[in-house]
Amino acid sequence: MIRLLSLFLALFGLCLPLAASAQIEVDITQGNVDPVPIAVPDFLGDDPETRELGAQIAGVIRDNLESSAVFRALDPASFLETQTDIDYEPTFADWRVIRADALVSGRVVRDSPGRVRVEFRLWDVFAGQQLEGIRFSTTAANWRRTAHKSADAIYKALTGEEGYFDSRIVFVDQRGPKVNREKRLAIMDQDGHDPQYLLGGSDLVVSPQFDPGSQTIVFMSYETLPPQVYMLDIETGRRELLGSFPGMTFAPRFSPSGDALVMSMEQRGNIDIYRMDLQTRSTERLTTDPGIDVSASYSPDGRRIVFQSDRGGPPQLYTMNADGSSPKRISFGDGRYNQPVWSPRGDKIAFVRQNRGKFSIGVMDPDGSNERILTDDYLLDMPSWSPNGRIILFTKETRGRDARAELWSVDLTGRNLKRVDTPGQATDPAWSPLLD
Amino acid sequence: MTYSTRSLALLATAALALSACASKPDPVAEPVPVVQRPAPAPVADPGPRVITPAAPVTAEPGRPVPGSIDDFAYTVGGDPRVYFAYDQYTLSPEARDTLRRQAEWLKRYGNYTAVVEGHADERGTRQYNIALGARRANSVQSFLVSQGVNPSRLTTVSYGKERPVDPRSNEEGWARNRNGHTNLRPLGES
Repeated sequence: MIRLLSLFLALFGLCLPLAASAQIEVDITQGNVDPVPIAVPDFLGDDPETRELGAQIAGVIRDNLESSAVFRALDPASFLETQTDIDYEPTFADWRVIRADALVSGRVVRDSPGRVRVEFRLWDVFAGQQLEGIRFSTTAANWRRTAHKSADAIYKALTGEEGYFDSRIVFVDQRGPKVNREKRLAIMDQDGHDPQYLLGGSDLVVSPQFDPGSQTIVFMSYETLPPQVYMLDIETGRRELLGSFPGMTFAPRFSPSGDALVMSMEQRGNIDIYRMDLQTRSTERLTTDPGIDVSASYSPDGRRIVFQSDRGGPPQLYTMNADGSSPKRISFGDGRYNQPVWSPRGDKIAFVRQNRGKFSIGVMDPDGSNERILTDDYLLDMPSWSPNGRIILFTKETRGRDARAELWSVDLTGRNLKRVDTPGQATDPAWSPLLD
Repeated sequence: MTYSTRSLALLATAALALSACASKPDPVAEPVPVVQRPAPAPVADPGPRVITPAAPVTAEPGRPVPGSIDDFAYTVGGDPRVYFAYDQYTLSPEARDTLRRQAEWLKRYGNYTAVVEGHADERGTRQYNIALGARRANSVQSFLVSQGVNPSRLTTVSYGKERPVDPRSNEEGWARNRNGHTNLRPLGES
């Protein structure tokens, strides 16, 4: 499933540091209304096979960049210059004419049997200089991940922030009528490619979450009664029941370092948040009030935890120290605040707000200020951040007898709201960290 | 592929349909682990809450065999569920009446255990609703115990909003999905 193929990359040739004279400045903090026009011609090749790979790689790079809405991939039919060797500077004037701000020229070179080198250069068309030059060495079969990694490098060179294209999404695949749903854990590439089931069987599974540093997930499963939290290493397939507690355990989430998790545990109808040390498997109770304390999420520095509690009436968001001390309410608007998730950048908390018969996905600062609603609908749930903290994936369910569940995404500024393609109905998305 | 052969349950089995094509993939035969499951929630609900008062014990056409699982629902009012208000887990007077009848029946017929399931309507986040369902199940269990049912015969489980009995997204549908379900199983079955 994971392509454990070596993927070497090396900066090559002509690579100049990102000079102060670079003309392109892409600001992704404000939600740019005008996507940056970028030209990505099909990568060159010396024979039909490498040319075909080059076309596929460039196509995936264009799709990735375009999907971010930060870039607009120009139509290759509009290109004036056809480069024959990417080691020479392009004719910048030809690219300025078609209003490309940036140009990616690449090639695929046959290496040892079954292996290829994929090289590309990223050019600032207006400054007339190279911004990035990278060579990947990999198997031909691994061309898709090479394209994702190339798109991440381009995104980073032009925005200054990490990309997210070489990542995957775990979700709950949903089939059957509303009163008899079948749910299974599944995984696919970030762009919807290559969906596969992760588990056989049809036990109800809820809310998978990734370790931010590995390809391991935790989730709640009804395989046992009471239902409990399980851990699954996606690369090895090793699955593990994380403790058989007398009450159900649910809503698990890893600590940033991956050596612990927070989860909720029920005892005689009271629900509190616990921390489990994954080395010793010991648990420590973090909340003690008689209300429902659930949906805990660590800050990326591991020092604070945000969660929801109905200790003061309808559910609201609270933060506390990682040891449970100093709880502090941070949400004060109308309605009910649920399902908080701390951004991997640390600067925002995403949440689900219920108000006036609608559900919204919103973000606020960790102190509760600057609340902003990004989108609303009949039923929204389970926000999950992209690894770079710029995009939020979530579940959207329509109402009624024929209700459908879909995955949608929206960026931090509320722009680029769109459906994420899944093989069937889907809920509970969890975005992986970048792959190695 | 680095899956160990041990983990039958973990094999990434049938690949999902790759494209956006609408047809579902054919079922694929695959090893599935044998797991003890709770009885599934009934797909067809007994219907609206028609209250049929428990009749005197005489031969009565249509009456289930006394002491059977069908008789339980029949005796307690036609429905083995009690219902809750939105976001509430306290028992209404009506729910208490139903649970008193449930407790009487359970005490009379000792050859059953029960899984008390807590359910929520769809108007809440998944994780919160699992918590809310747990509170509802616990309310039902506690009341049954207070009426003399041996606690060792009762377990609880919350399904949150995962197992609705009514697909409608309106007040009636939501009301029916906010329930505590006393799900009987014959002694000896877990």
